[in-house]
Amino acid sequence: MLSPVILFPAVLNGLMTGSVYALVALGLTLIYGVLHIINFAHGALLTAAMFAAFFCCTLLGLDPYLAAVGLTPLFFGLGYALQRFIIGPAAHGEDRNALLVTLGLAVVIENALLYAFRADTRTLNVPYAFSVVEIGPAVVAVPRLVAFAVVIVLALVLWLVLRATDTGKAIRAVASEKLGAELSGIDVAHVYAVTFGLGTACLAVAACLLIPSYYVNPTAGNAFVLIAFTIVVLGGMGSIAGALIAGLFVGVVESLSGLYLGESLGQIGIFVIFILVLLLRPSGLFGEQT
Amino acid sequence: MRAFAPIAAVVALLALVPLIAPSNAVLNFMVATLLIALVGQGWNLLGGYGGQYSFGQAAFFGTGAYATAILQVQYGVNAWLGFLLGIAAGAAIGAVIGALTFRAGLKGSYFALVTLAFAEVLRILASVAPITGAGVGILIKLDLRPEAFQFQSRAPFYWIILAFVGASLVLIRIIENSRFGAYLVALRENEDAAKALGVDTTRVKIAAMTLSAAITAAGGCFYAQYFLFLDAAIAYGPWVSVEALLAPIIGGIGTVFGPLLGALVVKTLGELTKLVTGSAPGLDLVIYGGVLVAVVAFAPGGIAGLLSTIRALVRRFVPERRHG
Repeated sequence: MLSPVILFPAVLNGLMTGSVYALVALGLTLIYGVLHIINFAHGALLTAAMFAAFFCCTLLGLDPYLAAVGLTPLFFGLGYALQRFIIGPAAHGEDRNALLVTLGLAVVIENALLYAFRADTRTLNVPYAFSVVEIGPAVVAVPRLVAFAVVIVLALVLWLVLRATDTGKAIRAVASEKLGAELSGIDVAHVYAVTFGLGTACLAVAACLLIPSYYVNPTAGNAFVLIAFTIVVLGGMGSIAGALIAGLFVGVVESLSGLYLGESLGQIGIFVIFILVLLLRPSGLFGEQT
Repeated sequence: MRAFAPIAAVVALLALVPLIAPSNAVLNFMVATLLIALVGQGWNLLGGYGGQYSFGQAAFFGTGAYATAILQVQYGVNAWLGFLLGIAAGAAIGAVIGALTFRAGLKGSYFALVTLAFAEVLRILASVAPITGAGVGILIKLDLRPEAFQFQSRAPFYWIILAFVGASLVLIRIIENSRFGAYLVALRENEDAAKALGVDTTRVKIAAMTLSAAITAAGGCFYAQYFLFLDAAIAYGPWVSVEALLAPIIGGIGTVFGPLLGALVVKTLGELTKLVTGSAPGLDLVIYGGVLVAVVAFAPGGIAGLLSTIRALVRRFVPERRHG
């Protein structure tokens, strides 16, 4: 059972899956780190992005990777507008309300998609869906390898944006001391919306990376959400490096427990980690004190 | 006694429904509405009065439902006894989850997440464990005798769920006027201040969660008896958790009648949408979600809050006219 010929491909595949988890979690952790709310609409927005990517390919004939170029700014704008015009005003400054509003949005988006596209599951046929490369004893699908590379690069870019640009500095200022940031002239409502937009933009990229090798239906995004929550908590709410490492880790755990326990029980491994971390170390492995 | 008069009046009025409109369609609708009112009342105790927003009320609903069904099907326990044990099982799960989360100091987003995760873990376990019938689900044998908690017509079911809703209204009213209720509201408004005044907030929260779970589990037990079928997606599905918080928030969070009002509005809206759009799936839920957002944004007190605002306006307006 423990032979490296089985273990190595399992770990490698886990890392690939984990990279997409990490990207979804990255958006979530960014939003939590700044706004201090859990975005319960994250899964529904991911589903919406997957539908958008799907129809870009089938209706416009765009390659999914090319579609990402257009969809990312579009979803940034969508996220910005959602926070600026709906979640922010509706929450009246109460975190509890913001949770409810994002939950309400999730219900609206998910069921609007259900109404528009029915419960059918759709898959995309791209010519390279089944092309593979061999890495040692493992065989890896090309779309998954691309996804892995893009996520690593994107996480670095996001980290740089937060470190080096003025907007990034403003975001970090609001995250660590909202009142202070406001007093020094930062438009907090704008920064909140930008952050929400960035988090939503991550989903557009994730959707375009997923669509060549995954399916889409009105609940497709939900499969990623609790996993993303787990990663966010494990990596420390608000920590980008934490989300990346925890994402890869959770991907490997899922792959290995799937190998030894079977598909459905493999998922339980993730939730057990989740609950244990929440109970024992709610600030996560990389997070700051809460 | 004056505090209970409105409850008695409302329950008495609702008790007449099967006599006035005995059709199955009306009774099915009313049973579904009262079921949500009951499940929502469980959420309201912890979320509305205690300020702890649970996103996983399905954990208690499902546990109650499964306990009732499994005890009957696997162990031949009498349905009425199974019902009581189901409520106890739900309460026990609530106490365990409450003790774990509140001892760990979780609140806000963290509490919402961990309750959601517990419901999901139970859902996955129920979908693979042999005792719950795994993916096939569990079927309670048809046995139309009152001793088996099954009835020929819908009306007895309706009166039973109404009795549970009535009991939950009375219980919440008693809590509202009790020291325990005052502690709950105090920790909702300012937990640190409540603690400083000597309230054992952790204990109060765990007690509230246990009671909340018991009320919601009663809804689950009833569901099992009424539909005689369960599977993991029904019992522990996220929809239970959503409807449990939808009803009290729309009706009026932290009020005795909020969940009942909210359930009536939500179900009526759902039926109206179905009338207008036919059987197209999804649209009724789009409206639920929209109403949830709108209520949080424009009427944080829900319908009950709107009503008292109107009453206050009228009161201010009427004496003015008299003097003018």
